Amino acid sequence: MTIEVKNLTKRYGQNKAVDDISFEIKEGEIVGFLGPNGAGKTTTMNILTGYLSASEGVAKIGGKDILEEPYEVKKMIGYLPEQPPLYHQMTVLEYLNFIYDLKRVKLPREEHIESICKLVRIDNVAKRVISNLSKGYKQRVGIAQALVGNPPVLILDEPTVGLDPKQIIEIRTLIKRLGESHTVILSSHILSEVQAVCDRIIIINQGKIVADSPARDLTASFGSIGTLTVRVKASDEESVFRMLGKIPGVDKVETLGCKETGSFDYLVTAKDDSDLRNEIVKRVLERGWQLLMIRAQEATLEEIFIGLVNKTSGKGGKK
Amino acid sequence: MTAIFKREFKSFFTTPLGYVILIIFNLFSGIYFWFGTLYSGSVDMSYVYGGFSMIVLSAMPIITMRLLSEERRQKTDQALLTAPVSLFGIVFSKFLAALLLYVIGISVTLLYSVVLAFVAQPAWNYILGNYLGLLLLGASLLSVGLFISSITENQLVAAIVSYAAMFLMLMSDTIANLFPVQFISTIFYYLSFQTRYDYFVSGVVSVDKVMFFVSTTAIFIFLTTRVMEKRRWS
Repeated sequence: MTIEVKNLTKRYGQNKAVDDISFEIKEGEIVGFLGPNGAGKTTTMNILTGYLSASEGVAKIGGKDILEEPYEVKKMIGYLPEQPPLYHQMTVLEYLNFIYDLKRVKLPREEHIESICKLVRIDNVAKRVISNLSKGYKQRVGIAQALVGNPPVLILDEPTVGLDPKQIIEIRTLIKRLGESHTVILSSHILSEVQAVCDRIIIINQGKIVADSPARDLTASFGSIGTLTVRVKASDEESVFRMLGKIPGVDKVETLGCKETGSFDYLVTAKDDSDLRNEIVKRVLERGWQLLMIRAQEATLEEIFIGLVNKTSGKGGKK
Repeated sequence: MTAIFKREFKSFFTTPLGYVILIIFNLFSGIYFWFGTLYSGSVDMSYVYGGFSMIVLSAMPIITMRLLSEERRQKTDQALLTAPVSLFGIVFSKFLAALLLYVIGISVTLLYSVVLAFVAQPAWNYILGNYLGLLLLGASLLSVGLFISSITENQLVAAIVSYAAMFLMLMSDTIANLFPVQFISTIFYYLSFQTRYDYFVSGVVSVDKVMFFVSTTAIFIFLTTRVMEKRRWS
């Protein structure tokens, strides 16, 4: 099921929460909306699902306009809002049955709900009252709710927020699996999360799309090879520090202290983003030290933003 | 639509709310029935029905206060509004759920009629007329409460504002007397729900009174859907 968004704008008084954004999502893609809090991710999702109406622009799902054919479109979408829409006094099963009726699903009821419970691993709490569940379980019930009726499009707003690391990995794996048969949009403000799950990343900042690219390209173009973390096993910190400083092309070396017994960490910055890895490896080995780790500093979301903003303002000519 | 209706009605009884409402109806109408009818040895139930507007006033805001406000506060409205259901469907099924609870509450009066049937021949058409009046009065006040509940996220605010609004609507004939200016008191007198309800109590069912309550109900249900629609656009 394709998703098509054209010149979407949402105004709140003078403020533009979403400012003229356009994108297209192909069937079976997993797309991540990335951006800081308040960037317009949730607003965009709320418009796509029909919870809010856009001030301007068109949102189409499977070729159908959300304003013109709201029922048809809503049937195709499973939505997990920022805060899962749970009725706390109901049990998980009662709740999922309610959602099943609400969405007027035609699939065999018990089988369908049972399979969803198994999929998101809430079958062990199915008979418990939602208000007594932990945050992680509530979030999963929220995901289960989105899956009821097996809609071809899933829109998940910060699906892993509030979960512990083990649950986060589980949910990511689940989303990846769902991505095989669904078109998925998810939002996050964590770069590594979107990278781990999505095929494509759309970065939104202040209501505008600042980047739209395949997940792999993004950090490659912004992760700078010019900043390396190096861990060397040597007898003293000082001599390694001096050696690294002497390498041609090195701008700056910082010591990061001892993070593993008998070794020292350094942050090496190159002058013009040149690749120093080869040279460092060679020199360390020449002196009989051991190189335990050498890693290019990954770009953080903030760095990507700064990079992108600089890029666009460079083109536009305004600071 | 039936899903929302069912959930809403059940939710009255998963919290103490539904029981409290039924207690209010049973207890107070029971007191009226005891003192007004049984104790005085009469079979006239008009005292019970006449007193009912006060019972309705005290119970109604409790029924309506969380209907829509709580959905918004808990963000569960997102599930409803992104499901293939119309706004009217959502509002109307909530209205019906509240109405059903109300109908169960006032049904106790039918029991009193049955009790009286042992000692006297009840005037069933009179009783049914009263019951219809009570139903219409309730429906219109419910729709007002529903509307107020759609405006705020806070149950308590909804309840208090509803009390004030319903009190005004019900009692505006009494309030009318407070105004020395003729045309203002005429307007207030005209708006009163109580004067219209009193016709039913005295056994008169007339089309214009029925229409008044039906259209008031329709208007406030319509306004509620508009409030929710507007929220999507602003």
